[in-house]
Formats: sequence, C-alpha cells, structure tokens
Amino acid sequence: MASVGKILRRTFLIGSAAIVGGVAFGAYYVSRPAANPLKPAKGETALSPFVLIDQQGVTLFAPRAEMGQGVRTTWAALIAEELDVELDQIRVLHGPAAAAYYNSALVGEGLPNKGYDISDFQHNLGEALGVLGRTLSLQVTGGSTSMKDGFERMREAGATARETLKQAAADRLGVDRAQLKTENGAVVAPDGTRIPYTELAEAAGQIEPPEVELRDPSNWRLLGRSLPRVDVVGKSTGTAEFGIDVRPEGLKFASVRINPKLGGEMKGFDASAAEQMPGVEKVVDLGNGVAVIASNTWLAIQAVEAIDVDWGDAPYPPETDAVFAEIAKSFDASPNSTMRDDGDVDTLPDGATEITVEYTVPYLAHSTMEPMNATALFTGSALELWCGNQAPTLVQIRAANTANLDKEAVQIHTTYLGGGFGRRGELDFGEIATKVAMAMPGVPVQTTWSREEDMRHDYYRPGAMARMRGAVKDGQAVLIDGKVAAQSCTQQAVQRYTGLPAGGPDKVLVEGFFNQPYAVPNYRMSGHIADLDIPVGFWRSVGNSHNGFFHETFMDEVAHAAGRDPLEFRLELAKADHAPSAGCLQAVKEMSGWTGETPDGVGRGVAMTYSFGTPVAQVIEVVDEDGTIRIAKAWIACDVGLALDPGTVESQMFGGMIYGLSAAVMGEITFSDGEVEQYNFPDYDALRMHNAPVTEVKILETNHHMGGAGEPGTPPSMPALGNALFDLTGERARTLPLINQFNLLV
Amino acid sequence: MATALKINGKQHQVDLPDDVPLLWVLRDEVGLTGTKFGCGVAACGACTVHIDGEAVRSCQVALSDVWGDVTTIEGIGTPDAMAAIQQAWVDHQVAQCGYCQSGQIMQAAALLAENPAPSDTDIDDAMQGNLCRCGTYPRIRAAIHDAASKLKEA
Repeated sequence: MASVGKILRRTFLIGSAAIVGGVAFGAYYVSRPAANPLKPAKGETALSPFVLIDQQGVTLFAPRAEMGQGVRTTWAALIAEELDVELDQIRVLHGPAAAAYYNSALVGEGLPNKGYDISDFQHNLGEALGVLGRTLSLQVTGGSTSMKDGFERMREAGATARETLKQAAADRLGVDRAQLKTENGAVVAPDGTRIPYTELAEAAGQIEPPEVELRDPSNWRLLGRSLPRVDVVGKSTGTAEFGIDVRPEGLKFASVRINPKLGGEMKGFDASAAEQMPGVEKVVDLGNGVAVIASNTWLAIQAVEAIDVDWGDAPYPPETDAVFAEIAKSFDASPNSTMRDDGDVDTLPDGATEITVEYTVPYLAHSTMEPMNATALFTGSALELWCGNQAPTLVQIRAANTANLDKEAVQIHTTYLGGGFGRRGELDFGEIATKVAMAMPGVPVQTTWSREEDMRHDYYRPGAMARMRGAVKDGQAVLIDGKVAAQSCTQQAVQRYTGLPAGGPDKVLVEGFFNQPYAVPNYRMSGHIADLDIPVGFWRSVGNSHNGFFHETFMDEVAHAAGRDPLEFRLELAKADHAPSAGCLQAVKEMSGWTGETPDGVGRGVAMTYSFGTPVAQVIEVVDEDGTIRIAKAWIACDVGLALDPGTVESQMFGGMIYGLSAAVMGEITFSDGEVEQYNFPDYDALRMHNAPVTEVKILETNHHMGGAGEPGTPPSMPALGNALFDLTGERARTLPLINQFNLLV
Repeated sequence: MATALKINGKQHQVDLPDDVPLLWVLRDEVGLTGTKFGCGVAACGACTVHIDGEAVRSCQVALSDVWGDVTTIEGIGTPDAMAAIQQAWVDHQVAQCGYCQSGQIMQAAALLAENPAPSDTDIDDAMQGNLCRCGTYPRIRAAIHDAASKLKEA
C-alpha cells in the first residue's frame, strides 16, 4: 500500500498548455492515469490552471473559497514557494468551477478511524479515497482540509512551471538547465543576466514539462512564515469584491421571502400592494416563496415584505420542546453507530463510583456577516452566476438543473465570502438567484436576502443531546459510556445535493465524541439519529461543535468525581494515548500558569478537543465583576503538525474560539408555530469588542500528520467556558446557551 | 425629485424616494460598495460611514435626513494611498473574511478623531456596536492603538 500515494500523485497530472502569448500550468481531470497530459483523451476536459504566465504577468489560481481563513494567500504561497515569485508581484484569482480543482483530502476524512491514531496504511487509504473527491467533482472548501489537500499538489504545480521556464531559458541561452537559477519571477543565467518569466512564457508553452523534485523544507523562504495576506489591502479599503458587491452592467436588485415554516408549501399570495410600490419592476413566484425585482435592494425588501402570503405548515413539530422530545426519543432506538467500544462498559468495576448526566445544546445559525445573496444573468441558453460559495462545481450543477441548461452553459464566478462557516456550502442562494434571474432574461439580477430572511432560513447546526455515564475509582476514570442524539446533517446534505437517500453510520454525528485521545479502559460512544425535517447543515466544526461540549464537560465532571485537578487528570489520560494532545494541555498549563487554584471572584476552566487532525487545548478565565461575569482571558495551544502560515493559524485559532464562545454564551435558535423565533442580531448576537477575552495562542508542530486550522479552535471553547463558570460559581453548565443560567457580560 | 448629496468630496444628484436609507443610496445608486449591508437595524455597524465626521449607521439615515457631507471607506484612503488607520489594519493583518472591516475602520477613525489616545476601555465603548463574526477583535484593538501612536508621531 505504500505505493498508493505515489500512484495517486501521478494521477494528479500537472500539464502545460500554450495560451495566447504565454503558458498555463495546471491539472487535467482524468479518470485514470494518462501517459501524456498534453493530449487528453476525448471527453476529458481541458486544463484547469494553477499558474498562468503571459506578457502581462504571473497569475496564480487558488480555487478554494476565501472566507477569512487565509486560504488564498497560503495556497498561492505553496505555488510561489517553488515557482520563485513574490506574492506582491503577482495576481491571485479563484478561477472557474472545475472538476480538476477537486478536494483530495475531504473524502478521505470520512474513514471511520479516530484520526489521531491513523496509521500510514490508513493515511494512504485516505489519499486513495481522495480520488473520489475528483470523480465526484467535489471542488469544496470545508472540513479544514485545504492545506492537507493542496500541500503537495500546489508545490508540484509551482516546481513544474519553474523547471519548464528554466528549460525555455536554457534553450534560448544554449546552456544546461541545471546551470540556471530562479528568483523573483525571473530565470537568472550564470553571468547574472535576468530573463523575466513573462518573456519566456510563450516558448515554455511549447515544452513538455520535465519531472520535478520538491525543495526540502529547510530551504523554504515563504512557507512556515507569517505572510501579508493577498486580500488584506482590499479588505482594508472597501475594494475587495464580495458577492453582494458585483455590479454587472444594467444590474437590477431583488429580495426574497421563502416560507418561514421551513420546507412548508406556499398556498397562495396577493402581491397587489407590492406591485404599486416605488421601484418595483416584477414580482416573481418561486413556488415555495416570492421575490421582488426592483431598482434598489431596499425597495425590493420593502415590497417583498408587503406581499400577503398564505404559508403551509412546517413538516416538523412546531415548538422547540416538541422538537427536543423527538430528539430524546431517538435514544430509545438502536444506535446509528458505535465507533468506539473498548473494554466492557456494561459491568461497573468493583468499588467504582458511577455518575450519569444529561446535556442539551440548541440549534444554531451560521449568521455570516454578509447575508446570503447571489447575482445571476440568464440569457435563455446560458447562465452566469456570481456568488461567494464553498462548492462551485455543486453550485454549477444545481444552477444548471434549475435553469434546465447543460453544466457547460453555466459559468460560476466565485467572489470573496463575507463569512462562510459552512453556510455557503449550501446551494439554496444560488438556486434562488437563478430562478429570479430567469424571470427577467437578459438582465443581471442580484438577489439579496434581508438579515431576517437569512437568520430564519439557515441550515442550522442541529440541536443535540447527550446521555453520559462514567465511573471513577482510586482517582482514575475507569469507564465512559456516552450516547449523542441529533439530526444527521450528513444524511440530509447528501439527500439535498444528490437527491438520493443516504444511510450507513454517520461519522460526522459522533466526531469529537468517539475519537478523543484519552486512555480510558472501558469506553463506548454511540450516535443516535433523530428523525426530524428541520433543515440542518455544516456549522464550523460540525459534530465537534456539540460533542466537544458534551465530552469535555463530562471529563470535567469525571475529574471532579475522581477528586482530581481537571487539567492534570486530562493530561495523564492524554499522555498515554496521544503525545501531541498531551503537549497542547501541557502548553496551556504553562501559558496560563495553571495551579488548580484561583483567587476569589476568578474561575478557570480547561478543555481539549481533537478535531480535523488537530488537538486544541484552551484555558478560559472568568471574572466576577460586581455580579456580572466577564470572560477575561483565554490561552490556546494547538498542534497542526506543520503551520504553513503561523499568523493565519493564530487568527483561525482565536477566531474559531470566539465563534464558539459566542454560541456558548448566547447562541440559540428556537421554534414557535413552526417558525424560527430569532430574526436579527438583537435576538442572535455574538461576542463583541468589550466582552471578547484577551487571548494568547501557541502553535506546536509535533503532530505526525498535518491537521486543519479553520475549525478546531471552536469545539473546546464552549466546555472550557462552562468549566470555568463551574470553577467560579459551583454551578455546572449542562445546557447552552449559558446566558440562560449565568449573568454573563453581554 | 432629485436629492443633492456630497459624498467623498463629490456632488451627486440622487433620484430615489426620501425614505431610502443612505446605505442603499451608496451601494445601489452611487456604486460605492465598500459600505456593507449587515442587518438593516443598526445592530452590527457594517454600514458605518461619517456624516460631517460623525460615525453613523447608514442603514438608519433616510436620504432626506442626510444632514451633511458623507465620507465612506473609499473616501478616507485607497489601496495606493491608504489612511493611517487603514495602514494599521494592514500592518496587523486584521481582516479575515473582511466584510465588517469597512465599518470597523470608519468607527475607529471617528474614535481617533475625537480621542487621539484611547484606552482599552475607550475602545470597548466605541467599538462594541461593530460586530465581527470572524472574531478579529484582538487585532482590531492592536491596530487602533498602533494607529493612535503613529498619528501622534506624525
């Protein structure tokens, strides 16, 4: 199996193609190894570029969604490292939707191993499964996979381009390629003569790319350093283009209302008042909702809200209590999965003390800063769609089906995303904009959702419950037996994307639950799927977002039952199972000066979650200020194995933590009469400048495999805060959000 | 009836109903898209602009109520000639998704104009109306302090 990785790397073909006045280097979409990528067989699509050089300059393509995680910069740096160009001298574009931009790491993540104990065999198998990403055209940004996915392939793309350009220079100068060097976008001859890549591009397009070797990391000049982000100037001057900012010639503006009883039908509507309102050009019947096209977004919002609609009922229990009763009922059925079953949890060891608790967490909205929107131009025979999205090939297929066009007739322009967090992996905003634009052929129409529409039509993080049973003896954890119950966002998403029912064990439901690196001899973790039709989806860290809270709150309760310090207790259990996880706990212990004691009015909590290949430990300190509790400080340690850009990893860690803390403190989506009760930020707020903690981040690099960065900062934040509140008040937080139980500063 | 507005030093005639909020005049009529729509109810600060130097939520100012000269993120600096506050944002690599940052910068610029050496508490008070879902607050705070010290030297 050792050769699987090598074979796969060969099936990822870096080819080149001559373009007008230059050359492109990129990937071919092939279903099997092809001898000559320059001559793709019939039916294979053309080259999708990662590097494009012409007389105008060098352009790199980073076909991953830039939603704040810095992927565009780091992805470009992987290419630039080998190509010897400077990031401030080149352009970086997202590029079109293309199957060749598949995500090789995403599908491999689905293997039912714990992750931290992954063997080389399984690692190679994961790479092999990555081919599925290609055959399924999964050009997806998610699962904290971008760097794992791009790490080898993008450096190969850069090295291939570099060596081909050197060959073109060698041919011109009549010297051997090995005598040439490259720096800052030019080939340098032995006598010091510099030939810019732009001058060599046309000739390079006629040369078959040579075999290349990747540079040793000790020679890296970009990777491993904190680089200025390529998007930071645009995002500091209001010039970065988000989906909501595209302005094609002749643009009209629309807004939409879909049934707030999610998934319910529309029985009828009366738009006579709306049609008379200023700026209104057209009312559009979407089947399950209505849209108004106008001369201005605000006028469209006013008009669409003035439409009198008769909505059908929701296909789920209309009140929150009934929804959670349904979730609780799923504990009675046999589990969907039991991915960890070590020892014997049915027999309580002699002399052990047993503890049992139940936890509940609510549904959550993604609440991106940029409300859902997309812009479409439908001509009858073709469609152009502009939007920030996390899955351009899937958006393309959905838009094509909606407009009854071939996929090839649909062009997707992926802009910057004003927040993603998993929400923009969905396809609804693209589909709706397509339907609206089809009502006005030949005219580009931007469909923007009001904040209220966005908040109340999400694919929510599922509400979830856990029933935990544990036992301690002589200061040790001897048994953990946990059950989690929630809707399956995986099964629902597969059905949504493919129209086919999904089954089988859902690993995502139990991630962060069954695969935590603690050596407990009797350890069983099961997942139960609640059968409900509330739309649910992938919320930053997905299953880990509830399981991190369940597992790590319970570890705290077990530690206290064992009469142990909660940090030392975890450290001992992790040391026996996974050194990098123990290293993170040790690091936050030192950073925070953890002694297990805190002064009056101060509480501290710790938690650690292993997710997306990265263990993250956090210590949170809360302070009682005259009866109001402030989250004062936070210490984070993560082990990503290899930090390609430490500045970006740091920002993802504190950002991921604040996203989690916001949910822990005040995030809650509830239902009444089948409708979501939260409308806007005043009902669904987040941490702000005055109540976000002062934070210190430490990045470790001992992990054997490269881990993700965008999501792992989120899961441990919620239990760390709950555990800190227990330390401060003696009251255990077993349900979220915490604002319902504690007087936290908001 | 056209309404006259002075935006970033330039005169504009806007033909829209009186109650259209300034935000949507800027974005959909004048084409200045740097000012962002976040909530429409003055709860997030993404739409913050200056009117006669004062930071206001442009989603809450009707076209007919605009009482002075409007300055947007595009008016305080450009990629080639950034304002000190924008340069501080770049130096501290503040932006993640970046969507809220125009509003954050406009709010911070108004703070520094009024208080050239803000304390952490001053920053908390001035900035807490500006939401950032990426959680860039630590770097925003650092950038404001940095811009304040650079402006003092200048």
